Amino acid sequence: MDKRQKEIDSLKDYKYGFSTDIENVQAPKGLNEDVIKFISNIKREPNWMLEFRLKAFERFKVLKEPDWQKPKFPKIDYQDLYYYSAPKSMKDKPKSLDELDPKLLETYKKLGIPLQEQARLNGIAVDAVFDSVSVATTFKEELTKQGIIFCPISEAIQNHPKLVKKYLGSVIPTSDHFFATLNSAVFTDGSFVYIPEGVRCPMELSTYFRINASNTGQFERTLIIADKGSYVSYLEGCTAPMRDENQLHAANVELIALDDAEIKYSTVQNWYPGDKDGKGGIYNFVTKRGLCKGKNSKISWTQVETGSAITWKYPSCILKGDNSVGEFYSIAITNNHQKADTGTKMIHLGKNTKSKIISKGISAGSSDMTYRGLVDISSKANSSNNYTQCDSLLMGNKCGAHTVPYIKNKNSESNIAHEATTSKISEEQLHYCQQRGLNPEEAVGLIVNGFCKEVLQQLPMEFAVEAQKLVGISLEGSVG
Amino acid sequence: MKEQLKKDFDNSIKNLTLSQKDIEIKKFCLDSFIEKGFPNRKDEDWKFSDLNQIIKKNIGELSFYNDYTTTNKVDTSIFVDGLEHNKIVFINGRIEKIDFDYEKKDKIEIIDQSETINEFKNSNSLSDLNKAFTNKCFKILVKKGYQLAKPLIIYHTTNSKIWSKNINLRLDFELDKDSSLRIIDLYNDTSEKNFLNIFYNFELKENSVLKNFKVDKFENKNIKYSFNNIEQDKNSISETFVLSSGSNFFKNEINCNLKGRYSSAFVNGIFSLNKDKHHEVRTTVNHLTDNTKSYQLIKSVLEESSKAVYQGKILVNSDAQKTDGYQLSKAILLNKESEFSAKPELEIYADDVKCSHGSASGSLNDDSIFYLMSRGLSYQQSRELLINGFLLDVVEKITDSEIKNLIKNMIGIKE
Repeated sequence: MDKRQKEIDSLKDYKYGFSTDIENVQAPKGLNEDVIKFISNIKREPNWMLEFRLKAFERFKVLKEPDWQKPKFPKIDYQDLYYYSAPKSMKDKPKSLDELDPKLLETYKKLGIPLQEQARLNGIAVDAVFDSVSVATTFKEELTKQGIIFCPISEAIQNHPKLVKKYLGSVIPTSDHFFATLNSAVFTDGSFVYIPEGVRCPMELSTYFRINASNTGQFERTLIIADKGSYVSYLEGCTAPMRDENQLHAANVELIALDDAEIKYSTVQNWYPGDKDGKGGIYNFVTKRGLCKGKNSKISWTQVETGSAITWKYPSCILKGDNSVGEFYSIAITNNHQKADTGTKMIHLGKNTKSKIISKGISAGSSDMTYRGLVDISSKANSSNNYTQCDSLLMGNKCGAHTVPYIKNKNSESNIAHEATTSKISEEQLHYCQQRGLNPEEAVGLIVNGFCKEVLQQLPMEFAVEAQKLVGISLEGSVG
Repeated sequence: MKEQLKKDFDNSIKNLTLSQKDIEIKKFCLDSFIEKGFPNRKDEDWKFSDLNQIIKKNIGELSFYNDYTTTNKVDTSIFVDGLEHNKIVFINGRIEKIDFDYEKKDKIEIIDQSETINEFKNSNSLSDLNKAFTNKCFKILVKKGYQLAKPLIIYHTTNSKIWSKNINLRLDFELDKDSSLRIIDLYNDTSEKNFLNIFYNFELKENSVLKNFKVDKFENKNIKYSFNNIEQDKNSISETFVLSSGSNFFKNEINCNLKGRYSSAFVNGIFSLNKDKHHEVRTTVNHLTDNTKSYQLIKSVLEESSKAVYQGKILVNSDAQKTDGYQLSKAILLNKESEFSAKPELEIYADDVKCSHGSASGSLNDDSIFYLMSRGLSYQQSRELLINGFLLDVVEKITDSEIKNLIKNMIGIKE
């Protein structure tokens, strides 16, 4: 029991809240064409990439910040942000891990991602993104042997321009919504994954994002392409230091699955949520979209959202290929003054497509949580099916839990079923657990973990353990 | 449209005896409507039904002036047979008859409040239009402890005298303590291409019971919008039943405010649509205090290229502990072209509540058809049997046996 208590104590406050003193190279503050050119230039990008960015910026200028979402936030001054920040020592890219800034390595060690060890031990291939730049990718050799490309997207633009040119912006075009367009204009780095035909990726691929510098927005872009008959499981984790001001994180993630391919994308999002009074924290406005382009393809999103002051994202699946499958498993936990507006979109275009949505929301403290989702079965998507279940758990009468599903069925051969419930932890359950010797907090932890089990099961082993702990920690102090 | 509105407004004001202040209010509403126009897709509440487009497509140019100076003859053949009832008759928007023959005279009061403009609580552009153009506004007051012996049927009749007109109606009801009232709204149209805009306001005092049945059964080419606002005090019960079938477009909005403890609201509805009809029911149930209850059940059967929309919202205030809220919508799509959209919404700020919703849509179950056919029924018969059973579920929820039978006969459901 003591050990557990210690663990909890050490984690009670945001344990990733440190910041690292590393010299940074920053783009001039503000957003204009020059800054975009600066970013493009420093990354030695080809001309077509700059054009892509400028086209997005043109579009961005006419767009307005959306305001239909539930969590309102003070207006962001987009001219008051740095759009590029990179550790100075990265200017000339290190060739191997040994050349990395030791301070950086230490930061990642603190985060629990010892890059060097991981290069040696058999485990997960990691791509670490620090502020705006990808700093290290492990396991490159082994992956290369199989023909898998796993590298920072800036590198992919240099080395695999054909692939990037073909797929970048094909799921989230430069003419998309406000934040996605902003990302297209100023994105700095992110991961690029290509799995060749018929290859089953032998290990989990993982990216760790960290915002370090203050006043920076983080705009990373991830592009994953699974060629015919391939399989990949991809993990994403995020942390940020504690700062009083709100920081913007507007990433774009594009997934493309060709015939018979499968992509599994898991996120454990633990950005700094702000302090107990709701001061500071990350605005997590992320656009994630997957395209099941080929027949029999499958995309599965799993997310555990515990951090961020405001989370606003809808990982979506466009089920274009016949017989394709889309899945969405989500746990969202809000405490204190956190706000989350999250859910998914399942757009059925191909015949015989299937989708499944399992969403579990838990709100405590004075937080607010919304599930917002769309299921759209088009008139051509014959014999398609959707099943949606979203359950919310409320703790205390200062928090809110909302469900806003949009359901559109335009095909008489297709079925949609939707269920949602809202409740609190029942006295009987609590009583039962306490009777058996658990203290109230442990009892709640146990019940909540059971409530989330369906989703936790979807996570890869290493993540599941971490996520389970996070679930417990996020709710500390919300009982009684 | 702006010029037309102003001209028609001036004409209709002429025939009314209103104080300067009331005219000002009406003018204000008119200006507000001119500014906002008919609701369109950009409006979240009208996301699935763009009224502006629907009016453009089905009617074209509307005119807003109605001559209410001459009386219309009441055609008694439209009256419901075999059920004794009180009547209110609207013909082409003009109130022709209010008759409570079966009731004690001193227990019901009919107040003409046309001269004073009553603010309608929930304002949108259509309520502005309504306020600007209604010519008569009656309030029906059911006094303390009185329970009406017979139901009240409100006939909404239009005939071929009107064309491309906008008609605005407004009725208020107040049910005092321990009273009860049953209302059937019956739509009967031989006219075409008109837009009816109807607002009801109900006030339910302690222990009162309201049952409202809205029956739009007969084929017609009109466009209708109806809004019910129901304010409920302690222990009161409201039951609303909607049969949405006949008109080209019909949107029923029901807004319930459960303000008193132990009050409850029930909303049940049937969409039975064919051709390219487009109907919607939108409900908002606001649980504002503890121990309140709401239940909603909406079922749709959609043929040809019809479209049904259900938007239901349950809001639970942070004071409204021990709320029980339930919402279920089901749809059967019988044709490739038919479409069902739903937005069942929960907005909850209290933790000790039991709220859930469900929504399902799809085709007729093949297994059930097979089962029935293997027992000797034809495909057509099996289909009818299944659909009847599907809809009967909602009709059975009606708690008044007299009216339940009336509605069963109307839609030809046999047990």
